[in-house]
Amino acid sequence: MSKNKSEYLISRKDNQYEVVIGLEVHAQVTSESKLFSTSSTKFGAEPNTQVSLVDAAFPGMLPVINEFCVKQAIKTGIGLNAKINKRSVFDRKNYFYADLPQGYQISQFKDPIVGEGNVILDMPDGQKKVGIERLHLEQDAGKSIHDLDPQNTFVDLNRSGVALMEIVSKPDLRSPEEVSVYIKKLRSIMRYLGTCDGNMQEGSLRADVNVSVRIKGSKDLGTRCEIKNVNSIKFMQMAIEYEANRQVDLIEEGNSIDQETRLFDTKKNETRSMRSKEDAHDYRYFPDPDLLPLEVSDEFINKLKSDIPELPDDKKKRFIDEFKLSPYEANILVSDIDTAKYFEEVVAKMGKNKDIKLAVNWITGELFAVLNSKNIEISQSPISAKNLAILINLIKNGTISGKIAKTVFELMIDGNKDPQKIVEEKGLKQQSDPKALEALIDKIINDNREKAVEYKQGKEKLFGFFVGQAMKASGGKANPQLINEILKKKL
Amino acid sequence: MSDITKQSLSELVKNIKNKKVSSEEITKEFVNRSEKSKELNVYITENYSSALDKAKKFDQKPNLDLKLPGIPIAVKDLFCTKDIRTTAGSKILNNFVPTYESTVTQNIWNEGAVLLGKLNCDEFAMGSSNETSFFGNVQNPIDKNLVPGGSSGGSASAVAGQLTPITIGTDTGGSIRQPASFTGIVGLKPTYGSCSRYGIVAFASSLDQAGPMAQNVKDCALLQEVISTYDSKDSTSINFKRNEYSKELTNNIKGKKIGIPKEYRVDGMPKEIEDLWQKGINYAKDCGAEIIDISLPHTSYALPTYYIVAPAEASSNLARYDGVKYGFRAKGENLIDMYEKTRSEGFGAEVQRRIMIGTYVLSSGYYDAYYLKAQKVRKLIKNDFNEAYKKVDAILTPSTPSAAFKIGEKKDDPVSMYLNDIFTVPVNLAGLPGISIPAGHDSKGYPLGLQIIGKAFDEQNILNIAYAMEEKIDFKNKTTDWWIK
Repeated sequence: MSKNKSEYLISRKDNQYEVVIGLEVHAQVTSESKLFSTSSTKFGAEPNTQVSLVDAAFPGMLPVINEFCVKQAIKTGIGLNAKINKRSVFDRKNYFYADLPQGYQISQFKDPIVGEGNVILDMPDGQKKVGIERLHLEQDAGKSIHDLDPQNTFVDLNRSGVALMEIVSKPDLRSPEEVSVYIKKLRSIMRYLGTCDGNMQEGSLRADVNVSVRIKGSKDLGTRCEIKNVNSIKFMQMAIEYEANRQVDLIEEGNSIDQETRLFDTKKNETRSMRSKEDAHDYRYFPDPDLLPLEVSDEFINKLKSDIPELPDDKKKRFIDEFKLSPYEANILVSDIDTAKYFEEVVAKMGKNKDIKLAVNWITGELFAVLNSKNIEISQSPISAKNLAILINLIKNGTISGKIAKTVFELMIDGNKDPQKIVEEKGLKQQSDPKALEALIDKIINDNREKAVEYKQGKEKLFGFFVGQAMKASGGKANPQLINEILKKKL
Repeated sequence: MSDITKQSLSELVKNIKNKKVSSEEITKEFVNRSEKSKELNVYITENYSSALDKAKKFDQKPNLDLKLPGIPIAVKDLFCTKDIRTTAGSKILNNFVPTYESTVTQNIWNEGAVLLGKLNCDEFAMGSSNETSFFGNVQNPIDKNLVPGGSSGGSASAVAGQLTPITIGTDTGGSIRQPASFTGIVGLKPTYGSCSRYGIVAFASSLDQAGPMAQNVKDCALLQEVISTYDSKDSTSINFKRNEYSKELTNNIKGKKIGIPKEYRVDGMPKEIEDLWQKGINYAKDCGAEIIDISLPHTSYALPTYYIVAPAEASSNLARYDGVKYGFRAKGENLIDMYEKTRSEGFGAEVQRRIMIGTYVLSSGYYDAYYLKAQKVRKLIKNDFNEAYKKVDAILTPSTPSAAFKIGEKKDDPVSMYLNDIFTVPVNLAGLPGISIPAGHDSKGYPLGLQIIGKAFDEQNILNIAYAMEEKIDFKNKTTDWWIK
């Protein structure tokens, strides 16, 4: 792994500080029902309509593990190149809050389902391996709503009991940029696996960010602060920058850092203390006696392994080997599973005589521009992979020129029309009949005798004039290569 | 038909099946007697009129193939019953009406029984004398102002006082066997995982088990057969082959090896209890069993272990009673204040004591010294039994270190109260089945019980031993109906 050349350092007087970051990512498991109950997990339902007696912690109600969520966690572990623990234990994390009906959260403390693993980041100056400490399953809490009433807090338990994977990284990240790439990579892997939709707006992916600073080159870790529950990559980056600078300033002033939990205020762009280490909760973790230790067999794990789809790293390697893409191009295409799917579908639909390079250029150029301007995902693309493949083939086989293709593309955006039909209906087919073009050029030379003479006398710039005239006369449809050839011959 | 309430379950079932008596007649008799027995304070919630309606309905279309055809049964108020208030003996659930039914009670209704009412118990099943109930203490039918034991004290008194033919209790550290012993009835704590915990208000999840309480061993076997089912709604329910305990019941226990653990001869054990135990040994021999001395070396650690594990789990299990969602809520200035007032006013002293102990033993810095250590000792206690069962088929001990005591006698001395469970607690820690059968009386004429402890899932064996010994003992309860004016 090459060393990151664009280091993120904070300079004060003679000192240069390095930032050390570790993330605890909370990823909502994609599943129909909750971790220990059969209630639906669908987002956006009316408050308290997806709450079972178990979720609301009625007397005598007992949790029963959802096997699907266990599978999802193991799959994610496999995607993180991590050790799957055949025996894991669910613990109770005890604390009181109005949106925590049981008075405890069922989580995994000492024996998580997934152990150490790693994630490869593609940084502009090379790859970086980030260690994963563990992944464990836990229940989400409900939602407290404080701003609906001046006196009361409302509680929505729809989210209560939904399965989360907490993915804890090692303190291997060194810059806000790396954090961004790390989150995107995690998201990408989980979306490939179908284990988390990674939707940050809906809260499916959020993180606690641990930040500390140290003099560059130092081996010891500084005292860290944990910034709780940050729900966008941009906010994570802003929070890290603010927090790292705050800590550096404290050290430079001769103060020490207090280990504490902090909150990021997105409006003021600052972090502020939530509770100190002394005020930290004593969660009184102990194994949940309502649940037996979770045991999975090698067979169970191997079955899941065999179901794992091609993941971004492997896909990237294949794209480079098979399609001769540059690492940069491959990265763009594999980072999101839907983009990769789209690209592969285009490639498949282009058939035998395919032009991969052209496909990559059209997807990352024209198509991305349209998606960006419409602010939509590639899965909602107005142009299907099939039709884009047809368009590219029309260029490749000379039916239309690249320029005409852009016109056709514009027409395709509204209504995902077959480009073949557009070309036919609008008569945009390239004119490639040499005889017809010769006649057309003869006429142009005839009409511009003087310029033809000037050209022959050495005014070579005029060649472009004749090409332009020919294109104009053909309504832009003439095959530019043929025009060139004929003009050279005739002039 | 007279004396309906004196009949055993087996007799009542037989008479219903032979159409000698209707469900309505039986139910009426038990309702009448219950109404005349208010002084015993066994009921928290009466369900008489609904029981009579259901009995009438049963009679209109009697299904006589059921195991409990039209039999009225009152149950401990720890079992959630659909649309019927369920309090767990606590103020905090005083107004709580479940919308669901516990698996164990559902099994009973599925066999044709009708609910007479909900029976008093120690608050959240925490107690050995039924004095911690928010609804007042229960009287033992044996004598006035005598405790019935606990926590299933209401259940024990209801059977002993003939207010219900049979009942179910729960047993976390002795809560079925000790009150059975104090009231002269039979009580079985099944193997952990035999009866579903779904819908039972939890005390200590790794120890709680529901079980039958009855006038005799045969009735007990029949009820166990009904309530013990595998239940996917309880992750600790175990799917094993369950016997038809009452059908397979036999008094032939010739050659069975019965162990006598020397560690149960505790210091200061009353001579009456020694004598009872010896009597039991002799009865077992008379039945053809072989008596073998065994050792359960870690017995003396069982009680302290139990009083770490059970409160630890309880402190967490009872966190849900916070006034937010259901049950009692006190007014507070803010959320924390509301929590504090709700729980201070809603829970009684013993429950608060155990929540405090449990919170303490789980807190950081103490966890390893208490909770973790207790878990390790619990393993040793289990191993003791495993070793013993290489040599014997069952173990015979007294059920309790003394007979029932007077109301108020031990109320202010929690440690002496906890000592009541000394012989029963190891069985819960090891997850084994244990049955208490009445075996004699102390000098005051109060009943004393013997406990037979079995291997896991070996309920049939201890029921058989109990059945054989019951025949030899020929116990008669000395009840006088003193509470009926």
